[in-house]
Amino acid sequence: MSAQPVELPRWMDVALLPAVNLALALIVAGIVVTLVGFNPLQVLTLLAKGALGSQAGISYTLYYATTFICTGLAVAVAFHGGLFNIGGEGQAIMGGLGAGLAALAWSAQLPAGLMLPVMVLSAALFGGLWGAVPGALQAWRGSHTVITTIMFNFMAAALLSYLLVNGLKEPGNMTPESRAFAPSAHMPGVHEALGAVGIDWPRTPLNLTLLLALAAALLCYLGLWKSQPGYALRAVGYAPDAALYAGMQPRTLMVVAMATSGALAGLVGVNEIAGVHGRLLPDFVAGAGFAGIAVSLIGRNHPLGIVLASILFGVLYQGGSELAFEINGFSRDMVFMLQGLIVLFAGAMAQVAAPLLFKAWRSMGGGRQHG
Amino acid sequence: MATAAVELRHINKRFGAVQANRDVNLRVAARTVHGIVGENGAGKSTLMSILYGFYQADSGDIAIEGQPARITDSSAAIALGIGMVHQHFMLVDTLSALDNVMLGAEPGWRLQAARAQVRAQLDVLMRETGLQVSLDALVSELPVGERQRLEILKALLRGARILILDEPTAVLTPQETEALFETLRGLRARGTTVLLITHKLQEIMALCDAVTVMRQGQVVLDCAIQDTSIDGLAEAMVGRRVNLGRDGKRAQPGAVLMAARGLNWTDALGVARLRDVSLTLRAGEIVGVAGVAGNGQSELLDVLSGLLAPAQGQLQVGEASYTPARWMSTRVARERRIAHVPEDRHRRGLVLPFAAWESAVLGYQALKRYSQRGWMRRRAMREDTAAMLERYDVRPRNPDLRSSQFSGGNQQKLVLAREALHEPQVLLVGQPTRGVDIGAIEFIHGRLRAMRDAGGAVLVVSSELDEILALADRVVVMNAGRITGELPIEQCTESALGRLMGGAH
Repeated sequence: MSAQPVELPRWMDVALLPAVNLALALIVAGIVVTLVGFNPLQVLTLLAKGALGSQAGISYTLYYATTFICTGLAVAVAFHGGLFNIGGEGQAIMGGLGAGLAALAWSAQLPAGLMLPVMVLSAALFGGLWGAVPGALQAWRGSHTVITTIMFNFMAAALLSYLLVNGLKEPGNMTPESRAFAPSAHMPGVHEALGAVGIDWPRTPLNLTLLLALAAALLCYLGLWKSQPGYALRAVGYAPDAALYAGMQPRTLMVVAMATSGALAGLVGVNEIAGVHGRLLPDFVAGAGFAGIAVSLIGRNHPLGIVLASILFGVLYQGGSELAFEINGFSRDMVFMLQGLIVLFAGAMAQVAAPLLFKAWRSMGGGRQHG
Repeated sequence: MATAAVELRHINKRFGAVQANRDVNLRVAARTVHGIVGENGAGKSTLMSILYGFYQADSGDIAIEGQPARITDSSAAIALGIGMVHQHFMLVDTLSALDNVMLGAEPGWRLQAARAQVRAQLDVLMRETGLQVSLDALVSELPVGERQRLEILKALLRGARILILDEPTAVLTPQETEALFETLRGLRARGTTVLLITHKLQEIMALCDAVTVMRQGQVVLDCAIQDTSIDGLAEAMVGRRVNLGRDGKRAQPGAVLMAARGLNWTDALGVARLRDVSLTLRAGEIVGVAGVAGNGQSELLDVLSGLLAPAQGQLQVGEASYTPARWMSTRVARERRIAHVPEDRHRRGLVLPFAAWESAVLGYQALKRYSQRGWMRRRAMREDTAAMLERYDVRPRNPDLRSSQFSGGNQQKLVLAREALHEPQVLLVGQPTRGVDIGAIEFIHGRLRAMRDAGGAVLVVSSELDEILALADRVVVMNAGRITGELPIEQCTESALGRLMGGAH
């Protein structure tokens, strides 16, 4: 007979608790900022203003958020299947490779209306395969995905470099980049889309992949909670023995979960390669695969939470680069510290404040009818 | 009045919204065996945990042997002469029995000298108490009964004059139980006070001098053993009259619905779990499988329900016949109307984080009624769940509540309701009432009998002999993977079954 875990009402659990955690992270970050010799209020104001204070700022924030939504969803889908996918980085690289190879092969012939869907599918396929292999290795050989997906990250990066240097690089060019794609392989930017309907919007990397990412979030929600395969997947993740008892196929489901996860991470390739760079190049993922773990953790592995957490991370990325630009001597590493604190408070220590909140709520008379 | 060994006064303990102990008074006379009974969640484990220092009471006083005591942790309890034998033994499997006794109480830092010293003390103690244990064997090699004796020795060597035993007989055969009771009577004669927590009322009547019954955190009955009876205790525990005996109806076995022949299965460690097991289930009878847990009953259930293909053997279900190469899958089993209430409802029977309605379709989720082109038909699922909760009196009647938030009895009723909903011909039930309170036991037994009376074949695997005796029309006994005997219920006595459970033919 152990102590009962604290059961907060739902609104406190999904809204108040994360808000309190975020506030705690900001307070601690403020203390550090003060110790380093800056004014925390000024820093916070600049951060918010840089991320949300202008159309361009908002666009950059959402552009970063797009990538985080993809990698965050990737982590969450695997998580519900009982798997820890740390391979978002490599799967995103493979997604970019998939999108890039499709564009290099067909962008001269195909119109945008065909080329872009082919690139999206190719990115998802490459990322998905890169996720499915570790999934299969765990399902049939017991190699833990935490280990294999990390190794697959290195393999993906090495493979991309190899292909760029030994074949895809333009002759005579010293940088390991492919030639530029034909215009049909360009995912329209939001400024272009809005411009087409007569709205003036500053030119930023934000592109229509955002809509794709939001659609993916919706599909993940429906798939996980409203569909038969999602039901089976969650059963496998929460209680593998119960899933076997229910006649499900845990091994197949594991591979499906990892393939879906990899495909979602692969969409990062669309955002970066088709949406921004217009050519295949290395290092376009830049840690987003790992940030996805934090995003999913803070978003409680729920698609809506992940969208919100992605925007938060977008704010930090965009506001952080503004800060480094605005305040002399303020390093971007301070922003990484803030991110770390948010992960610490909202992720790892998410339940630390729960008993206090519960007490406060009880002392104000909440939940008496159950007692 | 003589000094009480233990006296608890006005103990209150609250966990969140749950008042686990409410103004509990308990007086245990020295040199007696005092039983504490109550349903799950009645607060008896909490009370003992307070006495042993795991929890602090919110209010109330404790006196040990007449002296007021503050018990802040278990070492304080040990210092006061309190010892506890937990239901799940606190032993290190990879150490010898002797080292386990020493662990944490080594008389010096030189192990060899310490071993010699402790061994000498233990030899004396074993001679005096009759608790025999092979001190040099690894704990993992000791039979369960011997591990329990080791736990008792451990407590006594640490100077326990008050011994708390938590459900000590749950893992023992009837013979081992009798031996344990002999030991406890001997300890009482030597001056030890024993507190016995159990839910088996016969044991209270057989062994105890006095008994305290708890219900919903409160003491509802406290009396000398000669002033009460099994029925009286059961009534006090549940708060109303209960009937756990047989219903008197006789089975009318009909057609053979399922027949297994020559099942053999060996696990990954090379232990033969099933050896040449044959079993026939007929319409309209309940077959009980008796045996100490871990003698192949679980594997038998897995094989018959399609979870596990045996190495050898054959299974006949109606017209269909299955061989190990093409064993029946769980899906086919469900199609053939074989339902399975698994032994472990937490790991298998339910998905604990799922809402009740999600757990209530587990295994049947792909039925046409529940599925439309790969999407869940939530409305149908929720309607059926509401009906199940109603029909099987599952409380609270909330299809959206997480499966983990129901009590054990209500979880079990939910699983049984699910398996019964699809009108099974054969119902395989593992440990139908493990960790379930008396009221729910009565209800579940009633449902199982009703399924038999409706012409179903029911197989009940239980490590509770009382349950087998109350339910079964025919009893099969398993030991070490073999069926050691099969008796009609009229010929079943505890001693006959006990001998078969111990492996004698």
